[in-house]
Amino acid sequence: MRALILAGVAAASLALSSPLMAAGDVPHPPSVNWSFNGLFGTYDRGALQRGFQVYTEVCASCHSLELLSYRNLRAIGFPEDRVKEIAAEVEVTDGPNDEGEMFDRPGRPSDRFVSPFPNSQAARASNGGAFPPDLSLMTKARKDGINYLNALLVGFADPPADKEIAEGMNYNPYFPGGQIAMAPPLSEDVVEYADKTKATVAQMASDVTTFLAWAAEPELEERKRMGIKVVLFLIVLTGLLYAIKRRVWADVH
Amino acid sequence: MPQPWMNNKLVQWIDYRLPMFTFMDKELLEYPTPRNLNYWWNFGSLAGIVLVIMIATGIVLAMHYTPHVDHAFASVERIMRDVNYGWLIRYVHMNGGSAFFMIVYIHIFRGLYYGSYQAPRELLWILGIMILLAMMAAAFMGYVLPWGQMSYWAATVITNLFSAIPLIGDWIVTWLWGGFAVDNPTLNRFYSLHYLMPFVIVGLVALHLVALHQHGSSNPIGIDAKGPQDKISFHPYYTYKDLFGLGVFLVIFFGFVFFGPNFFGEPENYIAANPLSTPPHIVPEWYFLPYYAILRSATFDIWFIPAKLIGVVLMFGSILILFLVPWLDRSKVRSARYRPIHRQFFWLLFIDCLVLGWIGANAPEGWYVLIGQIATAYYFLHFILVLPLVSMIEKPKPVPTSISEPVLKGGGPQTAAPARSMEDR
Repeated sequence: MRALILAGVAAASLALSSPLMAAGDVPHPPSVNWSFNGLFGTYDRGALQRGFQVYTEVCASCHSLELLSYRNLRAIGFPEDRVKEIAAEVEVTDGPNDEGEMFDRPGRPSDRFVSPFPNSQAARASNGGAFPPDLSLMTKARKDGINYLNALLVGFADPPADKEIAEGMNYNPYFPGGQIAMAPPLSEDVVEYADKTKATVAQMASDVTTFLAWAAEPELEERKRMGIKVVLFLIVLTGLLYAIKRRVWADVH
Repeated sequence: MPQPWMNNKLVQWIDYRLPMFTFMDKELLEYPTPRNLNYWWNFGSLAGIVLVIMIATGIVLAMHYTPHVDHAFASVERIMRDVNYGWLIRYVHMNGGSAFFMIVYIHIFRGLYYGSYQAPRELLWILGIMILLAMMAAAFMGYVLPWGQMSYWAATVITNLFSAIPLIGDWIVTWLWGGFAVDNPTLNRFYSLHYLMPFVIVGLVALHLVALHQHGSSNPIGIDAKGPQDKISFHPYYTYKDLFGLGVFLVIFFGFVFFGPNFFGEPENYIAANPLSTPPHIVPEWYFLPYYAILRSATFDIWFIPAKLIGVVLMFGSILILFLVPWLDRSKVRSARYRPIHRQFFWLLFIDCLVLGWIGANAPEGWYVLIGQIATAYYFLHFILVLPLVSMIEKPKPVPTSISEPVLKGGGPQTAAPARSMEDR
């Protein structure tokens, strides 16, 4: 009987681990050893700031980051004055004022990131009908999202001979269906990094992936720090409770 | 023996008018409990604690959540980003749902294995299944609230099931939605009901406990206590055993909350609901996967009955049939320990449920359909045929004469089942 159970469990777990019918033929994105993986992982501040630069200079022309405010940038290591400068670089529509008019003013740290398009119709109209999705939660909104995003950004290639690519689409094996409306966004030295890091495609992809992972999970570092303390405390407490339980039960057994 | 603090004048004054201290003493401290309960008996109180955690975190979340289709998704993200420790509260609530089901499923399988549902605990069992139903309603409606893609489409798929009801089905669906699609009225009522359900569960749990304390816990041997030597007071024995179990649970639970908070979640639900874009795979949370597999196993009409209706009836039937278990099992022996054939079929049912869960997670194509149909068929056959037949045919192994006997002899009850007498009840 025990063998039967074991066989069943083994069969079930085997079947679960090897998806017999993966959707299409999308390859698994390679697993990268990110600085924020693992129990003690933290975001690499350099990568975060470079990634912010890539987002601002490249991605932000099409992709919004609606859930973030400029004040959040304090968390990736920008001092308060720098955050004010960054916010002031954008125009924010505010109002109505006392005359009932809307007006533009420089951004403030409390403002949300300004979206490149006023609405999704405008976004589609400027992008050949495709909608560039908001990136605030992108790494959480895809399976293995962090590795997926990184693989997608470096995954543009010439299509295999047997692959039909539709008008205005680009081949990318990591995108479901293999074709994506987004043109390859990164090319060598498309940004000039403030910290003089060489701006290779792989470097920019990994930097902006780190930045967007932070954008999706800004609580990650605090969460892991607190988790270590909580779980260690609970392990000790549970050990003590076990000792008490043994003690209490000594006269029953 | 009365607790020392019962001599306190204030305690006595209150207790004379409102016997809460007597009640506590009788039902929580002195409460006589079989001395041989194993760790599978920890899961009842554990479920109760998780219910409290869910209500506490849920009340805080409700203070910051906005039940409106335009704001729900953003308000949840606001909780995650701007509310102090909002991410912690939400992740505890999110993973708490999974933990609650895991614990309750273990609790139910424990009841099935040890025959805890047998007389005189039939109503206790039935109340338990009612709690499960209430939990399922609460979990389903709670999952809709973040208004992500999976929230929206799960709500659409599940509410649409009611359209399978002949004649009035479409009318019922419109009534449930409060409109002609899942929309703001649906979200509002789900929020209201999601807040209501936990208190319904609390009421059912109270009745569950009253029924439990009437005859006390069952036990791994499955025989009734013969006298005081078979029982020990709940406190300190089971309070500390339960606390230790709680500690183990919390280590695992907070491991998930802090280091893999989205392990049980679906990435798709971090995309805001979009009625114009259907996700490639609509899957429920893991704890609903077996029912989902049963629902989708009905792929053909029978006579004039459409497949969809059959699927819906089977899905609800898979829970409702549990209500009958106390009468389907004809055995005089409770514990599967002494029922060798029954025990094998119990494990087969357990594996069957895992298979159903696995099928539920996959798209209904190819072999998955057939495997799902076989697993569904076995699920029902188990309860309708196997359980009654085996319990009538099987000759149980000898059952110990008393609880304290094998325990006091020092050996585990499993090894020390004395062969000399078979209890004739």
